[in-house]
Amino acid sequence: MSEQKAAGMTRRAIFEQKQRRRATLIAASSTAIVVLALVVLIPMAPGWEKVQKSFFNGAVLAKSFPKLLEAFKINIMIFAWSAPAIAVLGLLIALARDAKSPALFPLRIFGAAFTDVFRGVPVILTVYLIGFGIPGLGLPRPWNSPYIWGSLALILTYSAYVAEIFRSGIDSVHHSQRAAALSLGLSERQAMRDVILPQAVRNVVPSQMNMLIALQKDVSLLSFIGPVEIFRQAGVFKSLLANFTPYVGAAIIFLIVTIPATRYADYLMARQTRERR
Amino acid sequence: MAKLELRHVIKRFGDVTVCDGIDLDVEAGQLVCLIGASGAGKSTLLRCINLLEPIDEGEIFLDGQDIAVPALDPQTVRARIGIVFQNFNLFPHMTALENAMLAPRRVRGLTRAALLPEVEALFDRFGLADRMQNYPDQLSGGQQQRVAIVRALAMRPEVMLFDEITSALDPQLVGEVLDVLLLLKQQGMTMVMATHEMGFARQAANKVCFLKDGKVIEEANPTRLFDHPQHSDTQAFLSRALK
Amino acid sequence: MKRLFTMTVATCALMATSALADGHCAAGKTLADGKFTIATGNPAYFPWVMDDAPESGKGFEAAVAYAVAGEMGFAAEDVVWVRSSFDEAIQPGAKNFDVNMQQYSITPERDEVVDFSAPYYTAPMAVLVSPGATDTAPTLAALKGLKWGAVGSTTAVAKLGDVVKPDSDLLLYGDNADVNAAMSANQIDAALFDLPTALFLSAVMIEGSKVIGQFPADEGDNPDQFGMLMEEGNPLKACVDAAITAITDNGTLAAIEAEWLQSTTGVPLIK
Repeated sequence: MSEQKAAGMTRRAIFEQKQRRRATLIAASSTAIVVLALVVLIPMAPGWEKVQKSFFNGAVLAKSFPKLLEAFKINIMIFAWSAPAIAVLGLLIALARDAKSPALFPLRIFGAAFTDVFRGVPVILTVYLIGFGIPGLGLPRPWNSPYIWGSLALILTYSAYVAEIFRSGIDSVHHSQRAAALSLGLSERQAMRDVILPQAVRNVVPSQMNMLIALQKDVSLLSFIGPVEIFRQAGVFKSLLANFTPYVGAAIIFLIVTIPATRYADYLMARQTRERR
Repeated sequence: MAKLELRHVIKRFGDVTVCDGIDLDVEAGQLVCLIGASGAGKSTLLRCINLLEPIDEGEIFLDGQDIAVPALDPQTVRARIGIVFQNFNLFPHMTALENAMLAPRRVRGLTRAALLPEVEALFDRFGLADRMQNYPDQLSGGQQQRVAIVRALAMRPEVMLFDEITSALDPQLVGEVLDVLLLLKQQGMTMVMATHEMGFARQAANKVCFLKDGKVIEEANPTRLFDHPQHSDTQAFLSRALK
Repeated sequence: MKRLFTMTVATCALMATSALADGHCAAGKTLADGKFTIATGNPAYFPWVMDDAPESGKGFEAAVAYAVAGEMGFAAEDVVWVRSSFDEAIQPGAKNFDVNMQQYSITPERDEVVDFSAPYYTAPMAVLVSPGATDTAPTLAALKGLKWGAVGSTTAVAKLGDVVKPDSDLLLYGDNADVNAAMSANQIDAALFDLPTALFLSAVMIEGSKVIGQFPADEGDNPDQFGMLMEEGNPLKACVDAAITAITDNGTLAAIEAEWLQSTTGVPLIK
């Protein structure tokens, strides 16, 4: 045994290396075949030239891209103020639904109703109803801005989902942690704040990352009530130029942001799975 | 008056009576060991004393005050009675030091700086001085259990409860934890311990109680209980446990 | 139900009279032989189509459609209506209509992707203001200060950016109804539409709103003209163009305009 190791590799190591090389070769060649098929076959389709002209038009992309980027700043802005509000409200709703004291019963009912309603209604409907409906009550400017009420619609909807994730996180913390905290003389509130919540939040970070990615995309729904964010800006170009390439441009910009975020969320998720093992 | 007195404590979970009229006196500075088969009610009894489980009937007196009064705020009682669990239950997101400082900071209202000398001294006394900054998953089982004891002690409890604290440990780590208890006994801590370590109970306990089906079947000093058990149930249990 | 009825009638008519006579301009060039398939919006708006029912021939575009079809040799029964969105109209691939008629402004960029007929209407752009802004002067200077909205898919967007250049950011919407909602919620002061649409919205949809001015239709070198949209390279274009030219020349088009579109002379020009 020690002689083989001294020679460099064990029998098993040599075998495993062989297996790895084989796997790499197979993966590389199958990828090459698929890519080749896409590159060769798609342009052979009869409508390709037209599709290329209206979806992958370099000139249109160049013309629209700077303004799309400009409009994407609005997405980022709406995202930037909605995300923290969602985190806070989501957590509050989760805690409200977990409230045990009978005096807080109305809060618990409210929390349950809130999550049921806002998870049950399509986001776009909420955006429409709140975005047009509440300002329609006669609020003065600037308090009737679609930015405010559209964002609120997103915040309410996403808080409902985020609250449920927080709740599952709270449930995932073993009850012995609560017992340990209480046994030391901490109150229920202190046990929740110092012991259970920090662990719960950490457990659900990957899931919440996925909510953030979804939110980043759903910010575009605000375009329906006025704000000229990237999706609307792409639509304006589409109408003006009778060309769908601006949508492809918008998709590219979204992917530049969401792919790293998705990868990062997957990484966190994988790391957490490893840690729990 | 004993430090801790249990009078006819009854605890039921649904139809199951887990503690069935338990009487127990623990004098100040004494170590009382509870022995008995799993499910005899030892753990539940300790959790009742700490008020983690409300009892259905009976009284628990701490320094003559009934702490099992339903209207009493359990928080103030728990601060006076520490408990250490079989599975340590350290807070995994905090270092050993933070684990030990959390409750004193919150409940006793002290700052980290004010607490540090006292808590550091505890870590030092139990051979954990170089482990204070480690997280629980960086510690061995024996170290984790000793941190859990330090954490409970940092609240300056008057009584300590130990719930099979060596059962989850590898055999070679049991000794270091039991040594801690001997040290505490020297310092005059009042302790109740549920355990399967018969050797330790015989060596260190002032009194040993044998529990079966939620009842105290027999209690005596260790020499007497282990060498001359009176009750047939005790004899049967010991003959199996000491084999 | 109504459409089904129309189609049944059309089918009967087809069987009775057979297809268009050989040698006719449109023969063999339409989607379905002997039928003229026209797309309109979903929904189609007043005053272009009345009651969202183009089969009635009521409304400006519906009336023009039947006039053009007639000129091309189609009986009214041979006109088939379908619905389409703007996106469906410009996406590559086969179309489900011969011509698409929903106030499409002819622009050079669009013309690269699709074909347009000769214009059937020259539409001035008009400013519709909310009840709170009705006393705004019809001058560019005054208009700049308003909070503007428009339908995102119309040429009004470009016009606002190029000519009005408002001080605050534009808000854009999916259709007329949403602009209406935003104006009712006082989120915008003004919106830019083609004049007939603006007059309709003002009169029927948004109480207290007012059309305060129109831009000259021939402003710049890019007048806003509506054309029928066709698939790029559609051989039917020559026939449609000829028909539109014919009804323009013989006064039919002007008569239809007079019947369905309000007089626009009362709206002042914006200076």
